[in-house]
Amino acid sequence: MRHFPALLRHELRSLAHAPSTYVAGVLFLLLMAAIYYLLLSQYAAEQFSVPPGEMFFQAFWLPVLFMVPLLTMRSLAEERRMHTLETLLSAPVTTTEVILSKFVASWVLYCLLWLGVMIFPVITVYGTSGADARLLMHMPVLLGGYAFVCISGLLYIAAGILSSTLTRSQLVAGILCFGVLFILLLGPRLIGTQELGPWSEWLKEPLHYFDSSAHRDSFTRGVLDTRPFLYYLSNSSLVLMIAALVVESKS
Amino acid sequence: MEDKQDNPAPSIEVEGLCKQYGPVTALRDVSFRIEKGEVVGFLGPNGAGKTSTLRILCGLMPATSGVARVCGVSLARDPLGARRHIGYMPESNPLPEEMRVVEYLRLRGRLKNIPGRELRRRVDEVMELCDLKRKARRKLIGTLSKGYRQRVGIADAILARPEVAILDEPTIGLDPHQVLTIRRLLAELRGKMTIVISSHILPEIELSCDRVIIMNNGRVVAIGTPSQLRAEFVRERAYRLEAAGDIEKLKTELTTRFPQLRLSEGEPCGDGVEHRHIEAISSDGADMSGELLAMAAALPGVRLHSLYRREPTLEDVFLAATVRNWEAAPEARGGQKR
Repeated sequence: MRHFPALLRHELRSLAHAPSTYVAGVLFLLLMAAIYYLLLSQYAAEQFSVPPGEMFFQAFWLPVLFMVPLLTMRSLAEERRMHTLETLLSAPVTTTEVILSKFVASWVLYCLLWLGVMIFPVITVYGTSGADARLLMHMPVLLGGYAFVCISGLLYIAAGILSSTLTRSQLVAGILCFGVLFILLLGPRLIGTQELGPWSEWLKEPLHYFDSSAHRDSFTRGVLDTRPFLYYLSNSSLVLMIAALVVESKS
Repeated sequence: MEDKQDNPAPSIEVEGLCKQYGPVTALRDVSFRIEKGEVVGFLGPNGAGKTSTLRILCGLMPATSGVARVCGVSLARDPLGARRHIGYMPESNPLPEEMRVVEYLRLRGRLKNIPGRELRRRVDEVMELCDLKRKARRKLIGTLSKGYRQRVGIADAILARPEVAILDEPTIGLDPHQVLTIRRLLAELRGKMTIVISSHILPEIELSCDRVIIMNNGRVVAIGTPSQLRAEFVRERAYRLEAAGDIEKLKTELTTRFPQLRLSEGEPCGDGVEHRHIEAISSDGADMSGELLAMAAALPGVRLHSLYRREPTLEDVFLAATVRNWEAAPEARGGQKR
């Protein structure tokens, strides 16, 4: 892994030069700002038992569906289309180093964009009059929610990287990633709502284990369960290993 | 450049290399050896297996069977170790468009394990050698001309002072001035490392290389110095006579006295004078220049203006070697493994 720091610096630099990064960033921040504004308007009009931060993170899946494909679709698809992956691998670097550097660079950017969202409550409290600082800046909820998006982001970014290894077209990689994320984010909940007869009872526990909204709820309530950690870490490692194998088999 | 001649193993050793892409056999029992410091040209028509061989040698893909070693390191056992001895410039020379030349070379240096304190000096050295330092140092790679991009590719290939530099089509798509620059650059590298050049431009190979390996249908069909290959593959000798006067008489005399000669029609020289060119091809490998000159000069009614023996070019060797292979191995055309 001695080449990892050099590759990571290169990847971060490439992401900083890619237009798709800025498109993803602007779309994400606009969408999240709109969601936050609507949420606060609703909160001002009605009484809710949960803090606004917790409700805000309930919509985390929506930007993830668009942002992660935009951040990751270029990573390997473009390298394969331009044949620069061949040049890169002609140096004594391993496929694992290459995949891991692309993954970490995209994940760092993903976390930074979410960090931008964390400023919304600060702006609201200090930029507007009459805002309840204690309610909006409820730190356990904000920190728990941020920890959740960062940890779950490991798997989503890994899925994006894998999609990018499967094709030379950025567009196809993006669509593929969107599909995979849709299944990961909403699949367990959608299956859980279906009437599956005798299977319902048997599937209840596994579906709950895979349900990202259940993980999010426990994080935003300040419960740091080890099971979601294991779920996201082990599955993202598995997906990245498959991505490395795909790159090796296609070279 | 640093001397890395302590390793006694040859630079490249290939034995019985085969590569299968599904049902298609790209390489069949390829074997050759390249010694240290040699400049070797890799020739072959499209689809002959040159790029597959070079990609295997660079550790970019595994062979289906056979052994390939670079500086004694087996590519199957230690591909990363073998890659440390190789500098590779791929066929289309793909480069990241958004990087500056100096930044790209520094990144490549870090990936090739050049220590930090030496990296700056090494990058300056190759940029100087490839004439990139003054005009292209801070330029974005995407804005460079084809010639400069090729130089960046070569600079990258030699940056880590590898024992073997493999350049796949280094002069493709370049104008004559740029070809000349690349040729000078290769001449400067001669003796400092083993160089393998794959090219379709045969005069280029003839000018730059000590030995030539010709591939066809996934097989090595010829290996040797250009003169060895000429002797082996081109048995015919061609002579060109320029004469005036009774050309028909000259042709009759030539075919009577030298039955091994095949003559072309006498073509006018096109300079307004009544001179004609005759191409005489001898199936005998022996030099007949003296006899032809004596006969033509003594022939009444014929004025001989010039006679010269045309040396077979590498193109003639290439055509002869690939045609012979085509005729000798009809089963190869069906994509069947030998």
